[in-house]
Formats: sequence, C-alpha cells, structure tokens
Amino acid sequence: MTDPVDILIIGSGASGAAFAWSMADTRMRIVCLEQGDWVKPTDYPANGRDWEARRYSDADILPNRRQHPADYPVNDTNSITKIATYNAVGGGTVHYAAHFPRLHPSDFRVRSLDGVAEDWPITYRTLEPFFTENDRMMGVAGLANDPSYPDHAYPMPPIPPGRSGTRFAQAMNRLGWHWWPSAAAIATREYEGRAPCINLGHCLPGCAQGAKASTDITYWPAAIRAGVELRTNCRVREITIGPDGMATGAIYYNRDGQEVFQPAHVVVMAANGIGTPRLLLNSVSAKFPNGLANSSGLVGRNLMLHPWPVVQGWFNDEMDGQRGPIVSLWSKQFYETDTSRGFTRGYMLQFGRGPGPVGEAQAGLESGRMPWGPGHHAAMRRYFHRRAHIGIACDDLPEEHNRIILDPTLKDSHGIPAPRIDYTVSPNTAAMMEHGIARATELMREAGAHTTTVSREVLNYPGHLLGTCRMGTNPERSVVNEWGRSHDVRNLFVIDGSVFVTGGGVNPTSTIQAIALYIAQQMKQRLHTLFD
Amino acid sequence: MSNTLANPPPSWGDPNLTDAEKRTLAAMCARMIPASDEFKVPGADDPLIQADIAKSLGRDATAVHDTLALLNRIAGGDFAALPVAKQEEACATLRAEGGMNLTLTTRIVLQCYYRDDRVMISLGMEPRPPFPKGHVLPQGDWSLLDPVRARGKIWRDA
Ligand SMILES: Cc1cc2nc3c(=O)[nH]c(=O)nc-3n(C[C@H](O)[C@H](O)[C@H](O)COP(=O)(O)OP(=O)(O)OC[C@H]3O[C@@H](n4cnc5c(N)ncnc54)[C@H](O)[C@@H]3O)c2cc1C
Ligand code: SF4
Repeated sequence: MTDPVDILIIGSGASGAAFAWSMADTRMRIVCLEQGDWVKPTDYPANGRDWEARRYSDADILPNRRQHPADYPVNDTNSITKIATYNAVGGGTVHYAAHFPRLHPSDFRVRSLDGVAEDWPITYRTLEPFFTENDRMMGVAGLANDPSYPDHAYPMPPIPPGRSGTRFAQAMNRLGWHWWPSAAAIATREYEGRAPCINLGHCLPGCAQGAKASTDITYWPAAIRAGVELRTNCRVREITIGPDGMATGAIYYNRDGQEVFQPAHVVVMAANGIGTPRLLLNSVSAKFPNGLANSSGLVGRNLMLHPWPVVQGWFNDEMDGQRGPIVSLWSKQFYETDTSRGFTRGYMLQFGRGPGPVGEAQAGLESGRMPWGPGHHAAMRRYFHRRAHIGIACDDLPEEHNRIILDPTLKDSHGIPAPRIDYTVSPNTAAMMEHGIARATELMREAGAHTTTVSREVLNYPGHLLGTCRMGTNPERSVVNEWGRSHDVRNLFVIDGSVFVTGGGVNPTSTIQAIALYIAQQMKQRLHTLFD
Repeated sequence: MSNTLANPPPSWGDPNLTDAEKRTLAAMCARMIPASDEFKVPGADDPLIQADIAKSLGRDATAVHDTLALLNRIAGGDFAALPVAKQEEACATLRAEGGMNLTLTTRIVLQCYYRDDRVMISLGMEPRPPFPKGHVLPQGDWSLLDPVRARGKIWRDA
C-alpha cells in the first residue's frame, strides 16, 4: 500500500489529461494511473519506409489487431462497428484524426426540440468557456464564424483544403450546401513550442512532427510541471469501496506485474466509454453486486458508437492522396432535424483525402478495379492519388440494449475480465445512414468522380465511445449527476466520453475535454462540500 | 518494428517460409504483379521484394502459409511447376476461394512491393519515409465561402 492521494485519476487520455491539468492549481496530491506507456515520436510509423505496413499491424487502430502489451482485448463480434482505441499516455488522441468539431447547441436538447432520447442536464452555453480554454490548450486550427455554430474563433488558421477539399467546396457551392473548413487540433503554425503540420499525411498512427495535438504533448507536460504524478504501465483492476460506501482507492498491477493498492480521497474515471464501465462492472462488492455506482443499472448501457458509412470517389485528375491531414472540410447541411427526410436528428459530412499506395492497390485488387497480371500497373496509375472520401457521422441515439458487459471468458493479460460489446443500428440510424450515403454519392458525382463506392460499416471505425455512464439529474435514469459525480458513490466521478447523454453527429473529443474541464471547475468550486 | 517482432507470439504462426513455400509465393507474385518495361518496375517476384516479404509475415504468418497451401491444392500439386496458363487458372480460383487469408497475404505482398525504391519512383513518389520532409498541400481560396456566409446561420437555438 502507498500513501493516500487526494485525487486518483484512471486513464491519461483526452479527458484525464485535461482534468489533471485543470485540478493541478489546487495543489492537491493528484496521481494518474495509465495502463500504457509514453509513446516516443521517433517510434511513429512516419519515420520509416514501412509506414503504411505498420498501419495494419502494430499501429493498427484496432487493439485486437495491434495486441500491444497495454491493450486489452474487446469482444466486438456482436457489433457492426469495431472498437478502435489507443492505450498509452494521451489515450485515443495519439491515434485520432484530430477533427475537432464541437457538439451543437441542439445536441444538448434533443428531447425538448425533437422528442427523442433525453436532454442533457447541461447546455452548449455551459460548456462554451471550456471549449475555448480547451482549444487554446490543445492548439486548434479553424476558421471563425461558421454559420452552423454560435460564433467562435480559433487560435490558428485552418488547414489547407488541398485539391480534394477545393473540389468538394466548389461542388457544394453548386448544390447550395453548407460547408466550412474543419476545425482540427493540428498546429498550422508554430504553437506553444509545437512545430507546424508538414502534411506527412499520417495523423492516425501518431504525428512524428508533433503538429497534432495529442495530450501527451499538450496537457501532460503542463500538468506534470504543475505537480501531477503520472504513473505509466499501471493497469487498474478495480475501484475499492469502504464500509461507508465511499470509494477508498484502486487496486492496480504495476509495470512489474505486482498488485498495488492506491488509497485515494477522490477517484476520477477517465478510461473512456468502454474502459470506464468495464472497470465499474469489474468492481463488485456486497453493496454493489452489479458493479460500482450501478444502482440505475445503466453502467455500460446506452453505448453510442457513431456508425460511419464512407463514400469513396475516384477522379480523372490528381487529388491529395495521403499527402496532408486526413481531414479537410465538414458540411452540416444535414445536421439539424428535418423530419421530411424520414429520420430524426442528423449527420455531419466529413471530407477526407486518400490512401497511400498499399491502401489503393489493396482496394483495387479486392474490388476488381485492378487486375492481377500485366494490367495491374496501368490500373494502379489510373486510381492512385486520384481518390477522396466522404465520411457520414451519424447521431446514433442512445438505446439501452446497446451496451458493454463483461465477457464471460475473455480476459486481458492480467486476468481481468474483458468487455463485450452488444451493438445494433436502430431504424432511425439506418435511415440516416442511407440518406447520408445518397447525398454523399450525389456530391461525389457533382464533384466529378467517375467511380464511387460505398462502405456501410467496415471502412471506418471512428473510435467514438460514448454514453455508458451518462449524466443526469435523475439517479434512476443516469449514473452521474450534472457535474460528473456518481449518484451512488459521492467521491467517485466520471469525466470521459461515458457521460454523454446523446452522441451528436460530430467527433466527440472537443466536447469530452470541455466536459472534463467543466467538471474540474465544478469540483474546485465545491471543494468544501464535494461529498454533500 | 513493424509487423515483425524478434520473438513473435506462437499465435501469429511460423514466421518463416520453407523453400517450397518461397517458390510458390514467388510464382504467385509473378502472376499478381509482373515486371513491366513500360513502367520500368520490377515484378513482385523480384528477389529483393521476395526477401522483404519473407521477413514480414508478422501477425499474418498463418494466413500466408494457408494461402500458399490452398494454392498448391488448387494446382493439384506444385503451383510453381505449372505452365503460365495453368498458373493463371489456378490464381483465378484462388481469388474466388482465398477469402480473408488471401486478403492478408495480398496486403503483405503489396506492402513490400510498394515500398521498393524502383516502384515508388515509377509512381512519382520520392523513395523516402513521410517524415521529416513531409509534403506540400495546395493552399485554399476561402472566398469560396462567400455563398455559404451569405446564406447565414443554420444552427438551431436551443
Ligand atoms: C483511430 C481513431 C481516430 C479518431 N479520430 C478522432 C477525431 O478525428 N476526432 C475526435 O474528436 N475523436 C477522434 N477519435 C476519438 C478520440 O480518440 C476519443 O474520443 C478520445 O480519445 C476519448 O477520450 P477519453 O478521455 O474518453 O478516453 P481515451 O483518450 O481513450 O483515454 C482513456 C485512457 O485510459 C486508459 N485506461 C483504460 N483502462 C484502464 C485501466 N484499467 N487502467 C489504467 N488505464 C486505463 C487507456 O489506456 C487510455 O489511455 C478517434 C479515435 C481513434 C481510435
Ligand atoms: S499531416 Fe500534419 S498533423 Fe498529420 S501527422 Fe502529418 S504533420 Fe502531423
């Protein structure tokens, strides 16, 4: 056993890092336990000639394929959307595309506006100052005054649209659709000691240039300088509770595999929308036989994964290919509800560039666009660097049967039960997906694509893990209150993507981090009454 | 690094190919991506590329062994010994029946083929890793946004 700490954070990803930094000014003793290690920029694939091969092996987005020592297996055979995560200092931000939209004001009010799901207990306005603070800390590039949002500016100018972005923008102007340069957590000029993006085109498996804002290079250096202790290679097995029903700390395995008990006055869960409910479900006791903080029965339920169909298009002239950040523009033309479309809520179109030669050749050979034999070379040259894609980010509303439970047999390398995902797409989401596919295909054609293909599920697993410990004011309908505190255990907090009430139709990390900063501020304001 | 480890876990399969498997693989690669004078590229059966493939089986070693075994079964024996026309027939059957194992095997072939200097140069790429030089992306013209701005606010007050 080690000395007690004031605040014990589990997980060092997007939310854990932001929260740790914000709490550091309290001068409390704060420790973060992270099952992974620091990743060295020199180890990122972009440093080597095997960069594309590594995207399918040790830098794969799926932990089940990657199989790093820090990864835990996920049984996702019962879900059309596979689970993408990264387990290291920085968590998912090491491997994310850094597309950085905020949730929209309407996303927080879906019951009032559209009669579906439930309203959040907080609003866009609640989070607005924290969005701004987070944009500054992460270093976000974008263009001010997008008419799809309340006005706001960004610290840096937007990433260039390139050939493909320009082509899509012109086509959307002809169709009369909304579009805007994407906000991206990517430095477009020198920023706080970070070098600007040089279009390595390799954002997903880590940015060797340090232009992409992963929290290992943004929040963590500042938090550690301010006194937070980050312990790596420490995998938490369970959160413990005392006779009074309060959390007493966590049991974890350290880098030598030894079991350690870390006592704490406050425990903060930041292990993401899969890792957090997994840990809570693994923390059973006489008081909480169905998992810690689970009197509502909602721990692990209402999982939202953002189904993400992708439309690919090939053009006669050269596009950006893999040269440049993956993302370029977004369109919110179909974001807000219009029931004449046959579904409620909506989706964002996210515009992306193309793959490297292996990705192109593989897709070509599989589809038959490229033959085996002498014709391969000419066909490759017809398609390589001539592709661009559109992702359709669907707002999959919460459903209790979409959930994570503990797998009865699958375990991680420490013998801790692994999560199993049960996830299906609702008729509303299915209709939204088809609408998005039709519109994206129409746009591809308008932009001049001679060939288009559709992938409904396999191409893009966005790694958005939301809703499994949702916030709310009613303890029977939510796991944590409106400032992240468990209804059942008054010194247990959840600050990651688990607390989302609905998922919105945009990438969630900007909002996840704003919520983490907001909860930190709420806690700081209530330090003397925190457990009341 | 990469898809290979000094001590790969047994669950990945045997990381080494037998001499017979190497012959089958090279013959299959020659059918998949033959050399081309027109494009000034070697075939995927080029010895340098084959050597790269042979040490890159990694997580997919079992898939490669199984694919090569299936190809020999389709060929009714030694695929590499068949005349070209018969090899092409066998490859057509393999493409129909190879499933995920063939997908993984093909990816390993492509991974090694498309990082060969000669091939990259022929494709107009510089034979180098992305970092540190990076690439240049054409800057945009944000006046294209004028009509979007002109249409005004589209977010819903909530
Ligand atoms: C390939 C990919 C692309 C993505 N692209 C985007 C994008 O463009 N835009 C966007 O907004 N989002 C994107 N995301 C999602 C984004 O990464 C997540 O939304 C974000 O990282 C979630 O933050 P979090 O704090 O909830 O959890 P995470 O960042 O996942 O952090 C959780 C941390 O907890 C640790 N942990 C878990 N369990 C334990 C345990 N038992 N003991 C100790 N430590 C533990 C993990 O190792 C991890 O480091 C992407 C994700 C992936 C995988
Ligand atoms: S494209 Fe830019 S942000 Fe992405 S990895 Fe390359 S340098 Fe980093």
